[in-house]
Amino acid sequence: MKLTLWTYEGPPHVGAMRVATGMKGMHYVLHAPQGDTYADLLFTMIERRNHRPPVTFTTFQARDLGGDTANLFKDSARDAYDRFQPQAMIVGASCTAELIQDDPGGLAEALGLPIPVIPLDLPSYQRKENFGADETFYQIVKALAQPMPRTEAITCNLLGATALGFRHRDDVTEVTRLLSLMGISVNVAAPMGATPDDIARMGQAHFNVLLYPETGEAAARHLERACGQPYTKIVPIGVGATRDFLHEVSALTGLSAKVDESGLRLPWWSASVDSTYLTGKRVYIFGDATHVTTAARIAATEIGFEVVGMGCFNREFARPLRAAAKAYGVEPLITDDYLEVEAEIARLQPELILGTQMERHIGKRLGIPCAVISAPVHVQDFPARYSPQMGFEGANVIFDSWIHPLVMGLEEHLLTMFREDFEFHDEAGASHHGGKAVPRQEEELPTYVVPAGQDLSAPLDRYAAMIPDIPIITPSGEVVWLPDAERELKKIPFFVRGKAKRNTERYATDRGLFEISVDTLYEAKAHYAR
Amino acid sequence: MSLDLPSDGCRSTPVLKERGQREVFCGLTGIIWLHRKMQDAFFLVVGSRTCAHLLQSAAGVMIFAEPRFGTAILEEKDLAGLADANAELDREVGRLLARRPDIRQLFLVGSCPSEVIKLDLARAAERLNQQHAPHVRVYNYSGSGIETTFTQGEDACLAAMVPTLAPTAARDLLIVGAMPDVVEDQCLALLSAMGIGPIRVLPAHRAGELPHVGENTVFALVQPFLGDTHAALIRRGARHIPAPFPFGEEGSTAWLRAIADEFGVPRDLFESVIAAPRARAQKAIAAQAAELRGKSVFFFPDSQLEIPLARFLVRECGMTAIEVGTPYLHEGLVGPDLDLLPKGPVISEGQDVEKQLDRVRAASPDLTVCGLGLANPLEAEGFATKWAIELVFTPVHFYEQAGDLAGLFSRPLRRKAILRKEAAE
Repeated sequence: MKLTLWTYEGPPHVGAMRVATGMKGMHYVLHAPQGDTYADLLFTMIERRNHRPPVTFTTFQARDLGGDTANLFKDSARDAYDRFQPQAMIVGASCTAELIQDDPGGLAEALGLPIPVIPLDLPSYQRKENFGADETFYQIVKALAQPMPRTEAITCNLLGATALGFRHRDDVTEVTRLLSLMGISVNVAAPMGATPDDIARMGQAHFNVLLYPETGEAAARHLERACGQPYTKIVPIGVGATRDFLHEVSALTGLSAKVDESGLRLPWWSASVDSTYLTGKRVYIFGDATHVTTAARIAATEIGFEVVGMGCFNREFARPLRAAAKAYGVEPLITDDYLEVEAEIARLQPELILGTQMERHIGKRLGIPCAVISAPVHVQDFPARYSPQMGFEGANVIFDSWIHPLVMGLEEHLLTMFREDFEFHDEAGASHHGGKAVPRQEEELPTYVVPAGQDLSAPLDRYAAMIPDIPIITPSGEVVWLPDAERELKKIPFFVRGKAKRNTERYATDRGLFEISVDTLYEAKAHYAR
Repeated sequence: MSLDLPSDGCRSTPVLKERGQREVFCGLTGIIWLHRKMQDAFFLVVGSRTCAHLLQSAAGVMIFAEPRFGTAILEEKDLAGLADANAELDREVGRLLARRPDIRQLFLVGSCPSEVIKLDLARAAERLNQQHAPHVRVYNYSGSGIETTFTQGEDACLAAMVPTLAPTAARDLLIVGAMPDVVEDQCLALLSAMGIGPIRVLPAHRAGELPHVGENTVFALVQPFLGDTHAALIRRGARHIPAPFPFGEEGSTAWLRAIADEFGVPRDLFESVIAAPRARAQKAIAAQAAELRGKSVFFFPDSQLEIPLARFLVRECGMTAIEVGTPYLHEGLVGPDLDLLPKGPVISEGQDVEKQLDRVRAASPDLTVCGLGLANPLEAEGFATKWAIELVFTPVHFYEQAGDLAGLFSRPLRRKAILRKEAAE
């Protein structure tokens, strides 16, 4: 038994729902109690889907348990077939139905439906959402895809995109576009967008592109074995990774990896002098292993941040993540307990978090800006505009979305130079975030005249709202901040104060000091100067 | 509005009872508002990852102050031996209470998996009570989907508290049902102004403020889904004051009048207390009702608020009800509302969602009240919808909120009209 407040992943049957909902012509009959239908709203509300997920829940109740839940399942499956006429069906159990052991696979088979019925065995008490999606897609591919003659032109399949995935919709479009630059067209993109009939013709492709190892790797391995299709190992997120990916595809196909890069802006945006201030900014990265690993490479080599910590919530991918962490000389954190992640971030005091919606909340509490790079998703992660993560346009999108939460370069200098200014104080926050300027409470100036034209009705920006939570001095019990030093610390702009505090305390501890004076603060600053 | 009964109400209307796929939340969802209402309580769900995921998703936005609810997720080894599961539960509760000394009430909440493996949470609560008394009181109830639908979770929670309430011989008025604080204050102010008191409420904000109950207690419900709590209070000898539920001006007046009559409040005092807020409510409803009048409404089952709300929309806003679906129809509680609802709509209990969708498409109502899983798909088909969950998460009871309540229904129609105009240009 493990006490959990918030979770990074849902149960495995939600992963199966992500596969079914991404597909067309597929139906999922799920043996589950009433209440499990909440999962529909993930798709209809968070992703704003305009159709119900193609899922029939048996919604058994307590009174059914004494009776015949098996017949309830059979009736539901038969009704679902009659009503929706799918090309194929997947059947399985949620956590509760797993306990009553009705064997949905066997029951469905006994119905003798005239379509392929694929049983799923997803152990709810051991595994989680990503496993559920990966396993479901694998079972579908295993049941439906056959070796077949290759297409005349070079084609590939795109594997792993699902409903409710982080930017999957746009990544599929972008990678399709990227491959077309090499002269390769897409045979089938699956599961998202594919029908069972499409799955059946996946064997025609010359190779597979594994977009998301978390949800597509088992299928990729199967197709390699069963249909002799090699698959790509590099996920094209970031400029370097996209170029490497093109070379990998070139090696598989013999086509040239040289493509038109005129739409790629990240390298120049990063090289232009305005971005100098990004140099060595300390970032912490957490999410699914694939997005974290690719983000670390972009952060370290394409934007010039310093990766101070990284981790993932999906234990299945701990090994590649550990290897990546080693390259940046950081200790990886593999956990699905967000309290551990929060403690790690609080300890490291990064200047930017690249994380999930959970880390965005952690950042809010700790006063650290955050850009979202990975699932679990939130309604904000389904923008109306085109915003892929993969390919060259993905790199452009990433530059913008990571830089936006930070205070801008010149503004950072002004805040440092004029930190005594009543408008440049901490609570003012970053000027481009749209919050209204909040005047500092001046003891000697209790009233403040709102400048003409300033709209006070504008809603407070989330950054402005989080400022009061910034911990300024938390006595650690080991070192004591003298009042002068504490006052001096408060003069340091909020976006570097956490780092200054941490460095000073470490400096003091390393030297066996029990008190921190103004001198200690500046000695530490000189010591850690970069 | 007149409180006269329509010549023919819906109480005698035959109920369409359906069994099929139910598109509803389970009772665990109630934790989302209950843990905010009871400020020294922690809700520990003993369940699966699905339960944790539901609570996180149903909250819509994650409430990221460290929440006073959590899920003890059952793992493979807990299923193998129940003795171990009990030991694990005791350990997790011990850790939790050590970390949160502010917690004075702990609810062990049963889920579908804990019910199916027959983990006896009543025994566990007893055992934990002995360990942690007097600092913490441990209760248990089931919020499982196999036993409870959405708001029935609150009912199960309150019903679990009733047997432990201290006895009293006083003639107290007990108001039952969780309301937002602002609404509760309005309710108590109105009743106090009529000279009624002492008044106690269940649930209370803190363990120390829990009401007492006995044979002289009279109670009124502010929510129509509290059937088990109603029965538990009757078992303690308390007496129920039946009334229409306090939604809209008419419902609020009828509800207050039933209590005022019970306490012998003079009619002129009653009228003088309600006159101003009642007039404000009428005015506020009129503004919204202009957009609702003559429009039709179709309710999918969700919170059990459907029958009182249909009564409000039909009688005070001039709408026509086509179907009023409710997950569970407790005639003893919603009878007075059924009496007031003019005959006409189909009254349905339970659900077969596919058949109900067929009916809504055939009826083509102007407004469909439904859950979050159905709202966007129906909008995409051209139906204007109102998410039912907002009716539970928004202050909607009593006079000052009556206009807001009507506004919740008129806004989707107004929005549709605005967007249609834009599309036409």
